[in-house]
Amino acid sequence: MAEIRNFTLNFGPQHPSAHGVLRLVLELDGEVIERADPHIGLLHRGTEKLVETKPYNQSIGYMDRLDYVSMMANEHGYVLAIEKLLSVIPPVRARYIRVMFDEITRILNHLMWLGAHALDIGAMTVFLYAFREREDLFDIYEATSGSRMHATYYRPGGVYRDLPNEMPKYQASKWHSEKEVAELNKNRHGSLLDFLEDFTKRFPKCVDEYETLLTDNRIWKQRTVGIGVVSPERALQLGFTGPMLRGSGFEWDLRKKQPYEVYDQLDFDIPVGRTGDSYDRYLVRMEEMRQSNRIIQQCIDWLRVNPGPVMVDDRKLSPPSRESMKGDMESLIHHFKLFTEGYSVPEGEAYAAIEHPKGEFGVYIISDGANKPYRVKIRAPGFPHLAACDEMTRGHMIADVVAIIGTMDIVFGEVDR
Amino acid sequence: MANKTKALILRVQKIFGDKLKSCDVVLDEVTIVVDKKNLLEVCTTLRDDDDFFFEILIDLCGVDYSAYGEVEWSTDDASGSGFSRGVSSPERGTTATGTTPEADVIKNNKENRFSVVYHLLSIKNNQRIRVKIAPEGEPSVVDSVTGVWAVANWYEREAFDLFGIMFEGHPDLRRILTDYGFIGHPFRKDFPISGNVEMRYDAEKQRVVYEPVSIEPRVLVPRVIRDDHRYLHEQALQERNLALQNNKNKEGN
Repeated sequence: MAEIRNFTLNFGPQHPSAHGVLRLVLELDGEVIERADPHIGLLHRGTEKLVETKPYNQSIGYMDRLDYVSMMANEHGYVLAIEKLLSVIPPVRARYIRVMFDEITRILNHLMWLGAHALDIGAMTVFLYAFREREDLFDIYEATSGSRMHATYYRPGGVYRDLPNEMPKYQASKWHSEKEVAELNKNRHGSLLDFLEDFTKRFPKCVDEYETLLTDNRIWKQRTVGIGVVSPERALQLGFTGPMLRGSGFEWDLRKKQPYEVYDQLDFDIPVGRTGDSYDRYLVRMEEMRQSNRIIQQCIDWLRVNPGPVMVDDRKLSPPSRESMKGDMESLIHHFKLFTEGYSVPEGEAYAAIEHPKGEFGVYIISDGANKPYRVKIRAPGFPHLAACDEMTRGHMIADVVAIIGTMDIVFGEVDR
Repeated sequence: MANKTKALILRVQKIFGDKLKSCDVVLDEVTIVVDKKNLLEVCTTLRDDDDFFFEILIDLCGVDYSAYGEVEWSTDDASGSGFSRGVSSPERGTTATGTTPEADVIKNNKENRFSVVYHLLSIKNNQRIRVKIAPEGEPSVVDSVTGVWAVANWYEREAFDLFGIMFEGHPDLRRILTDYGFIGHPFRKDFPISGNVEMRYDAEKQRVVYEPVSIEPRVLVPRVIRDDHRYLHEQALQERNLALQNNKNKEGN
């Protein structure tokens, strides 16, 4: 009789459901996974080393490119750590703007996750629906920061600029008639907040739409219920945070438990799963989108009636206005020093964490008093999640690997850094 | 929050006593430094004791202190020819022209070049703590905490890959982020930012070849240390000083 051996299968890095550049070496017994060994680092750019060679502010853009589907949330973690070292507290309007954009980013991230996860399991339509809504949010990013994805909008001490008073509009071309364009521009006549408010009114219905497609769908449930179950004890051992931890039954959310910015003044709920399987994590994330929508609405209401500065009034940290720079010698010097040398951060170390859409995103900065960080360590939520891949996939069928990678919400920009 | 931090620090001092090399609260973050040989014991207690209950290892990272306080442009002393002119010879990208005196102590302590930093989180008690150890020698060897927190596995592989710190008792200490066959530990301060080798496809040999890098190292913005605290707001500065003062008093007691 022939000897029966396990065989080894190489999955990725160029596989559409590897969510980027994951190389998984799978050891299989027939169709059952015996061992999964993720090989990561194909997108390693040495962000933490690069950050050491640049003044603090020049690295904000690197943060966008870590987890490239929740850009502003990454910036937030980095900026908070610097602010902690500097002992600077940004104006309250800036904090509301940050919270609002964090939640917009959470919706962006969860939509991307939902679309990709459903697509992996075989539901095409959700992906298209999700991108329809993402488009509006990208427009909001663009109107505010000038960039659709890599915004570089947060600064230590506030945000780069205030929200715009008008939305960019479509223009008629030989592909779009005046009538079509008028239809497209229908909700773009007011300010950015008006456009966003219109979105928040539409969005709960959109989530209902996704749920109609998936929540009670027999195939969806067959592919996710009981798949990748993580017990509460293991979730802690494996360093899970965010929806992965909440899916296993912990009511743990930094926005509630260790509130930063203005989260303690906002009203929202934390969804918690029970069984710790992929389906519960799906439900948790869906509810998070609804809660984010609620938070955004509260931020809009506050921002409408409370104008004010969005950056600390400290010339050592924030650039002077263009006008004063042209006429005032001291402003010119401040501007020059800030953009050539940057600011020096007092010696010390600080760890700041935020509730990133994927989990706890923390930045640990050691400063030796220079204008560049001495060491920056980025605690990416996806890293421990992917490390649990082996444990979560063992004993499952090969097709479930895809469902489990999907439920972990992995983005390689942050895993590899 | 402040009361909680105080309670935590008292508890830490009570339980660990002289196992602690130091114990500080800065910016409301508790940092304890322990000796290498006590690491596993301290970590297990931190995880299991009811007042600590740090069930999650949030982060583990290496730090290389060998270039601490090095600057590329000294601004606090002028010579007969005026202030220094910033970066003069960009030999390895971080050419130092001086260091601060306090930094010299840390930097020249060749024995303790590396540190390993553990960030712990307790969900039950909603508190955080930072544990630091300074392993000695080359290669630095530290006990692995994979037995205490399973998540340490990849974090330790990362610290090994990037800094060359060895973790004793780790089940599978392989490189994780760098390429297969990579030489060196890239996050050490003496590793150039441009790397040592570059690769290209050689049409004659019909394969990818590695060559020494052709990139000239350069510094765009020199590294400067200014310790005049002008960036701190008056009030924040006072609060900070007060907190520092309180700590000193506490240590005195």
